[in-house]
Amino acid sequence: MEGLAITLALPEITLAVGAMVLLMVGVFGGERSVSLVTSLSVLLLAIAALMVVFAQTNGLAFNDAFVVDPFARLLKFVTIVGSAVAIVMAGGFARRMGFERFEFPILIVIATLGMMMMISANDLIALYLGLELQSLSLYVIAAINRDSLRSTEAGLKYFVLGALSSGMLLYGASLIYGFSGHTSFAGIAGALEAAGGDVPLGLTFGLVFLIAGLAFKVSAVPFHMWTPDVYEGAPTPVTAFFAAAPKVAAMALFVRAIIEPFSAVTPDWQQVLVFISILSMVLGAFAAIGQRNIKRLMAYSSIGHMGFALVGLAAGTEAGVQGVVVYLIIYMATNLGAFACILAMRRGDGMVEDINELSGLARTNPVLAFVLAMLLFSLAGIPPLAGFFGKFYVFLAAIEVGLYGLAVIGVLASVVGAYYYLRIVKIMYFDKPSEAMSRVPAELGVVVGVSGAFVVLFVIIAGPINSAADLAARSFF
Amino acid sequence: MIDWPILSTVTFLPTVGALLLLAIRGDDEIARRNIYHVALWTTSVTFILSLFIWANFDNNEAGFQLVEEAGWLGDRINYKMGVDGISMLFVILTTFLMPLCIIASKLTIKTSLREYMIAFLILETLMVGVFCALDLVLFYVFFEGGLIPMFLIIGIWGGGRRVYASFKFFLYTLLGSVLMLLAIMAMFWNAGTTDIPTLMNHNFPAGMQTWLWLAFFASFAVKMPMWPVHTWLPDAHVEAPTAGSVVLAAVLLKMGGYGFLRFSLPMFPLASDAFAPLVFALSVIAIVYTSIVALMQEDVKKLIAYSSVAHMGFVTMGIFVANPQGIQGGIFQMLSHGIISGALFLCVGVIYDRFHTRQIAAFGGLVHRMPIYAFLFLIFTLANTGLPGTSGFVGEFLTLIGAFRVNTWVAFLATSGVILSAGYALWLYRRVIFGELEKENLKSVLDVSRREVLILAPLALLTILFGVYPAPIMDVTAASTDLLISNYEAALAAAGQLAAASP
Repeated sequence: MEGLAITLALPEITLAVGAMVLLMVGVFGGERSVSLVTSLSVLLLAIAALMVVFAQTNGLAFNDAFVVDPFARLLKFVTIVGSAVAIVMAGGFARRMGFERFEFPILIVIATLGMMMMISANDLIALYLGLELQSLSLYVIAAINRDSLRSTEAGLKYFVLGALSSGMLLYGASLIYGFSGHTSFAGIAGALEAAGGDVPLGLTFGLVFLIAGLAFKVSAVPFHMWTPDVYEGAPTPVTAFFAAAPKVAAMALFVRAIIEPFSAVTPDWQQVLVFISILSMVLGAFAAIGQRNIKRLMAYSSIGHMGFALVGLAAGTEAGVQGVVVYLIIYMATNLGAFACILAMRRGDGMVEDINELSGLARTNPVLAFVLAMLLFSLAGIPPLAGFFGKFYVFLAAIEVGLYGLAVIGVLASVVGAYYYLRIVKIMYFDKPSEAMSRVPAELGVVVGVSGAFVVLFVIIAGPINSAADLAARSFF
Repeated sequence: MIDWPILSTVTFLPTVGALLLLAIRGDDEIARRNIYHVALWTTSVTFILSLFIWANFDNNEAGFQLVEEAGWLGDRINYKMGVDGISMLFVILTTFLMPLCIIASKLTIKTSLREYMIAFLILETLMVGVFCALDLVLFYVFFEGGLIPMFLIIGIWGGGRRVYASFKFFLYTLLGSVLMLLAIMAMFWNAGTTDIPTLMNHNFPAGMQTWLWLAFFASFAVKMPMWPVHTWLPDAHVEAPTAGSVVLAAVLLKMGGYGFLRFSLPMFPLASDAFAPLVFALSVIAIVYTSIVALMQEDVKKLIAYSSVAHMGFVTMGIFVANPQGIQGGIFQMLSHGIISGALFLCVGVIYDRFHTRQIAAFGGLVHRMPIYAFLFLIFTLANTGLPGTSGFVGEFLTLIGAFRVNTWVAFLATSGVILSAGYALWLYRRVIFGELEKENLKSVLDVSRREVLILAPLALLTILFGVYPAPIMDVTAASTDLLISNYEAALAAAGQLAAASP
């Protein structure tokens, strides 16, 4: 039995051991080893990704605290890809900006390990362990540029608010344990099943605290305040990382921690999720309109997108989980591409972050402008681009269970959201060209190209991705 | 018979052409010529291929023909294409107009010609796809996808207020369409499929039909556009480049009418019947009110844009009277308006290219310098007023007959719109073409070039041909229209019996 447990957790163990080895390499090699550590971390993540894909074994391990199922495998793969791409993008950035730290890729690897444990968590304790491993790494990463006031401010803000949310989550978890007598998801589900309709009030309280803590991690309104500041303050490659993999992992954890133990009390959490989902979509759409800093704009955009993903979770059905999975895959691919474009916004030595600096990009760099336009149309959810299908599946699930109000508000919010994406397209295409940007570095060019191709061609490859997500969703039902 | 997927070929050939354009480098004169020729040949070949659709079309078959099917999104949402008597001619209309748009754009588009042509070719794929799609989700993808190229065409190559116009166009249309998307999802869960032929035979519950109808109406009414949600159209038309206006007026507006015929009537017959008075009221207001508004316009393009709204009023009225005259008249009116309004915008383009203004007051007496232009413009102006012998007459006359059978007052009020349309169209003609040639800058102008005649002559010929001999169009649409109406009446009768049986 233990032999099997180790096999199931092999990708995680590989990452953990690998991260330690890399740390040694970094410590003893000093600053000279940065590029070596960077490449080795990407390699390590690639190996872990292959292990996740090719290990066909599903099952439970470590006293049922750790689960491997199609859902976990698919989302782990997506998360690892997101982290690896973030390291690649950050490597070139650090070289150009002259702050190379070997800790950065290692911290991302450790954060990825935390995310993989979050995705596989099948127990409140395992959930918390994974979440904290990830969060602590992220706090440090946010402040990685310790000479920059904004970066350290972002890290500190993130840490204080993150600790608060972890506290809430822990409090909720202890209430749930206290009133159900179990920490394992299956045990809680069994206890709720046995209680029938008569759910203790304390457990409902615990559930709400749990949701509050998780909502913080996915930056859903009203727990979103940290997002714009952290996104703006952190160095851009860090923001690119924050917007992609951790969001996917946190949302995956959210799905499992809600669906698995609490499907017996769906009405109790459904109304809460509908509420935070509506708030996130609406606030994301309206607050982004006034933003001029593109990183801040992307922060509000990601708040909105998490609201859309929560629509699928609020439905709480197989179609809903499938919608969330499709949405997350598309969200991550699109966001990585968009941030690669943002990283490519350079003039001379400095980065530019004001969206008006993009004016006339269609003339000065037509390829970059075209891909960014496609990514933005995709984020706005316009067919035939990928973003449309993400929205299509989550709203499809909401309609199935009759959440019409949520769906109508959601699509209206997406129309409002379309406005600020269009505004960037307008600046790039309709306005007079300003000074040309510096040449796009090769590694960013690759990310931009792959992401753009994914977004445009998704309409053709939607079938297989859709069925993979369907398989993942069936893990719960 | 044809054993290769002709509909998909016609749909996606323009995209292939767009990819070819990507391969052309440079911005000099040679590159421009290559770009132009690739775009022209692509659209021309697409048009010729689309004629094979007509050649292989069986006029006696009421259902869908040339059906193609392939897996797409899971097992319940498929890639399915097909045409029937209602949709087939719209495909031909689209492919027919595209080469003309390309020719008309050659000299007028000065910047980024390659991107312009790519946008047009992608737009053609999406427009043809709308009329061929036999799956609701596929339809929606094509329907909404058209927003992106059109937004860019208006915004990049448009006139002074292009940013405002492009945003208004995009957001208005998107707002209407997202509600339709939710309705599509509701239909999916109710019927278990998004296959259009299956949905046509599916009986949606009466209460649900009301909501679904309203959601589809929100989308198509904006697209059509019907009063009072027409305000994006004058802005978009005025600011768009000539070819953009042509495509907008001739094809994009028809998607609204096509949507009513393809979805609202056959899928929600009870709601369509219940809401028909609302549609009649809005149509009559559109016909009378926008005609009066058109009278007072100072911008030629804006005047034609308002006249389009008025003419679309006849279409919506004809569709919802739900008898053979009304529906066939509505389809005919859409096709004929596609030709006439396209031609009118091209005519405006001719003088805009020469004088760079569209103000009516800036012209006068053009007949002295431009007799051929005056003649061609006269044909289209008279066709626009619905003069017998032009295609404009047939559609208006049939829709009015259809309306007369259902509601005399609606027909009466709508007929007054015909008089008004004669008013604004002839007055426009009088101010632009007739009178003394007084303005200095007009005195040295040259008449239409060979290129411009090449564009306008086929449109003029078709306008007159279908005016005196509308049979080719009527024969195509008859069988499908009859099927649509018999299903519609059967559904209403069944609901009536049900209501009678359970008091």
